[in-house]
Amino acid sequence: MLDRLTFPQPYLSLLLFIVWQFLSNGVSGASIVMGLILAWLIPQITRGFWPERRAFVNAWKLPGYIGIVLLDIVVASVSVAKLILGGREPKSIFVSYPLELEHPLAIAILASTISLTPGTVSADVSDDNKLLLIHALDADNADEVISSIRERYERRLKEMFQ
Amino acid sequence: MSTIAEYAIVILLLTGGFFTLVGAIGLARLPDFYSRLHGPTKATTVGIGSIVMASVVFFSTRGEGIGISEVLIVVFLFITAPVSANIMAKAAMHMGIDPAKGTRGHPWDQ
Repeated sequence: MLDRLTFPQPYLSLLLFIVWQFLSNGVSGASIVMGLILAWLIPQITRGFWPERRAFVNAWKLPGYIGIVLLDIVVASVSVAKLILGGREPKSIFVSYPLELEHPLAIAILASTISLTPGTVSADVSDDNKLLLIHALDADNADEVISSIRERYERRLKEMFQ
Repeated sequence: MSTIAEYAIVILLLTGGFFTLVGAIGLARLPDFYSRLHGPTKATTVGIGSIVMASVVFFSTRGEGIGISEVLIVVFLFITAPVSANIMAKAAMHMGIDPAKGTRGHPWDQ
């Protein structure tokens, strides 16, 4: 009975609360009460669907990661714009990226990050979650793509999920 | 509305329009399906992001409270754009669409 009063998914609850503040256009008494009710009710209703494994360990590293990704999105857009407007033909390449991450959520975040950042789109994950297929728009060789992703994103994600 | 806010809105709208246009040009100019995926996932994301930020600045400076619910549009766009790109790439590989000449590496068999 008592565990019905808890927040089984604290990060989901926090996210729902913040999203509700945005939706109600600013923080007010009513939006805080409604936000708290939603943050408690939705995870309680959906608790049967959530995997048991706790996802984030070092969630405080997430804002820094998001900052880096946002910065890279802007840089990526400028470089893609240059490539599109310049007359040069892009040198495309398919890369099979060996994943070091194991948690499905971590892999999903990495794949999304790759799609949003410099010249790469993730196309597929192998069935055993070991390989990620990446299409790079303009790269000299596969090793370059792999090492830049490994250094910039996967290492940081590994620190968050252990 | 102050002059600074007006300039900010103009700059944001122009940036947004520019990147959305570049995304559309990329769709027409790039050689094969897989490279055309790059336009919508990146250039357009920044384009829509800038236009939405212009909307935030506009409604925040009209003196009717702040308008931040538009930020959610950007957040959900950032979450959904990679997923749709991934699904489209998967579908293209499933249908056996060949990459352009000069592409190194191979798509996987589905």
